[in-house]
Amino acid sequence: MATAVLTTAPLKRDDALIEEFGYDDHFHDHHHGDKYRSNFVSHYVFSMDHKMIAKQFLITGMVWAVIGALMSLVFRMQLGFPEESLAWIKPVLGKWITVNSDGIGTLQPDFYYALVTMHGTILVFFVLTAGLSGTFSNLLIPLMIGARDMASPLLNMLSYWFFFVSGTIMFASLFLSTGPFAGGWVAYPPLSALPQAMDGSGAGMTLWTISLVLLVVSLLLGGINYITTVLNLRTKGMSMWRLPLPIWAFFVTAILGLLSFPVLTSAFFLLMLDRGVGTSFYLSDIYIGGAALDHVGGSPILYQHLFWFLGHPEVYIIILPAFGIVSEVLSVNSRKPIFGYQAMVFSILAIAFLAFIVWAHHMFMSGVNPFIANFFVIFTLIIAVPSAVKVFNWIATLYGGNIRFNPASLFAIGFVSMFISGGLTGIWLGNSALDIQLHDTYFVVAHFHIVMGVAAFFGMFAGIYHWFPKMYGRFMNKTLGNLHFWGTMIGAYCVFWPMHYLGMAGVPRRYYSFDNFQAFGHFDGMNKFITIAAILTFGFQMLFVINYFYSIWKGKKVTERNPYQANTLEWTTPILPGHGNWPGKLPTVQRWAYDYSKDGIDHLSQLQPPLEEESAAH
Amino acid sequence: MSAIETTLDPRMEALSRRSRLHPLKMLMYIGLGSLVMMFVALTSAYIVRRASGNWLEFSIPTIFYVNTLVIVVSSLTLHAAYGAFKREAMGVYKGLLLVSFLLGIAFVVLQFMGWQDLAAQGVPLKINPSGDFIYAISWLHALHVVGGLAALFVTVLVAYIRRIRKTPARQLRLELTMIYWHFVDILWIYLIIFLSLQR
Repeated sequence: MATAVLTTAPLKRDDALIEEFGYDDHFHDHHHGDKYRSNFVSHYVFSMDHKMIAKQFLITGMVWAVIGALMSLVFRMQLGFPEESLAWIKPVLGKWITVNSDGIGTLQPDFYYALVTMHGTILVFFVLTAGLSGTFSNLLIPLMIGARDMASPLLNMLSYWFFFVSGTIMFASLFLSTGPFAGGWVAYPPLSALPQAMDGSGAGMTLWTISLVLLVVSLLLGGINYITTVLNLRTKGMSMWRLPLPIWAFFVTAILGLLSFPVLTSAFFLLMLDRGVGTSFYLSDIYIGGAALDHVGGSPILYQHLFWFLGHPEVYIIILPAFGIVSEVLSVNSRKPIFGYQAMVFSILAIAFLAFIVWAHHMFMSGVNPFIANFFVIFTLIIAVPSAVKVFNWIATLYGGNIRFNPASLFAIGFVSMFISGGLTGIWLGNSALDIQLHDTYFVVAHFHIVMGVAAFFGMFAGIYHWFPKMYGRFMNKTLGNLHFWGTMIGAYCVFWPMHYLGMAGVPRRYYSFDNFQAFGHFDGMNKFITIAAILTFGFQMLFVINYFYSIWKGKKVTERNPYQANTLEWTTPILPGHGNWPGKLPTVQRWAYDYSKDGIDHLSQLQPPLEEESAAH
Repeated sequence: MSAIETTLDPRMEALSRRSRLHPLKMLMYIGLGSLVMMFVALTSAYIVRRASGNWLEFSIPTIFYVNTLVIVVSSLTLHAAYGAFKREAMGVYKGLLLVSFLLGIAFVVLQFMGWQDLAAQGVPLKINPSGDFIYAISWLHALHVVGGLAALFVTVLVAYIRRIRKTPARQLRLELTMIYWHFVDILWIYLIIFLSLQR
């Protein structure tokens, strides 16, 4: 690869460079560093340190992920093996399992819907939005841009605690005697607007709404902090065009959230008025039990518009952080600069812009005017362009690289695979004509699970394996990590690939049972296969959880500051950075983050000033 | 709390931030951007719903227009209070601050009377989305005014109980309160213009 090998003196060490070129902000003159670590509560519980808050988000997210995944296993078992007895889960689920005279236990249909709804809500909002973005934005933004902490550590702490309270309320709703909300994670009226509509629509829906409003508060407190920190607290020399790609991704993610979540709040506000005060924003001409309700003049479609104006940007809020993480991990582990850095940034921006003008593709079958639908079809299909640019650049980054295979890089490569598979089916679903057949079928389930569920998880895993040393000063076990990757990669495809066939055949999603549909009878075997694959894949996730907690205390210790020979600033801090991140001066940035294998030098840290005889610097 | 103190510490901030805009002010402006989106969503929903017919026509109670004047004046007095604070004319500052706070309370009370007027002129809640929207939008706005009043209340308390000196941290807090108060003021002007044009 090398064209010319520089003959200059050995490169200076990072700490020497910080001492020489860094600047002194007198941070440590004030002794506030000690305040943060004064006792157990302020260090581990009400911490204002971004690194601790990141770990809090991650571990809370993991707890939610396990709960959400277990829910999916319960309804998958009912779906795949309806004739088998589920009586053995009765000690946990109680009255939601009914045991007939033969001793065969089955899941209550109402609770099946509740589980599907909660699985969606938990995974979308609590794990992949709050857990993913909350973890990595908090951990990496200050470390990668050379800041002491977030712009407002206090709001940052509140962001976590709003998330925690929101989660507690959602968790409490699982134990209501009428069950949690069961009308689908999108909470369409009338099921969500009328407390008497079904069991979960009463107290369950009330808690669901309160929980999500608190979650929005949490996400906005986090988001305004991320944006301000990136704009205002970058260290000297860190221009926007020198930002590592994860930071660009987190920054744009926060902007998306800031513009779309308030719209969801408005939708919920009107929904609460319909529920509690008796207005008719979303309700009209409804009969319950033969009696007409006095709600007149509302439109359920209005809710769908408001919801999906958030809902579509939301899927990019989930996937953009994964984009950023994967770009960084691929570049470091292929020892090559990221291919097309600026194209990567512009494609993130393009995707973010398009995210706001495609929401009605979720509503093609809700009675949207077909002429208006055309507009949304075109812009939806255009999203394929920046997405393809990104995929091309990831593959081009890997091409010819000196690839290191470790759990982080494997998950990053797996991400690219998942994103391609799921993205291609997105092109199908973006067409309003095909949507007539495919909407509300397992094809949709397969599409979004692969493209934003599994892919976002892969990005998250890549990030966790990669930055675990920065969080805990230890490595995660590599063998278990590799096993986790292959199990998940194969398992996830086994779960979701067959669903495409189910969907094309028209099998509807969210159904409790297909006994009454002769046309779908021959899919029994496929449903069994999916269920078994889901259980096995869940088992591999347990390997990850064990590996994670084992490695916190017993993992191999990190012995050098920069174990991956990476260029970004987080590896110039001490192995376990204290509050304020850098013990002395703040580093000054001299170059972009991707000078790998340049002029025959393996890597040039962002701290390295331009070398003599160096080819053009970025 | 300690974090507030550290981010308000001018010595640290002057050296480590990039923009002349203080990070907490930037934080405030970005946060207000998200509130704008919330009201944009509501007013867009209003337009969409109005276009689909079955829409009750009525005139907005005069009290809402009068109230616009109240909140604008309270914004002006708060701005003057801030000017007095900067000149360290603390007596004037305390007086104007209290006037702004009382005008803010008057605004909420008058809004309440406005809702009663609306109901009295034959547009109670639940009769038609046309009226429901006015209630919903002005309720949500009033809720944000109450939030601003809470901040003003603390400012008034501090001004009257503690001995006030002009410190950078105090000035920043006052500026943040003022930015927010101006925001709910401008927001109301937008809403009242919107509601009177979109009848």
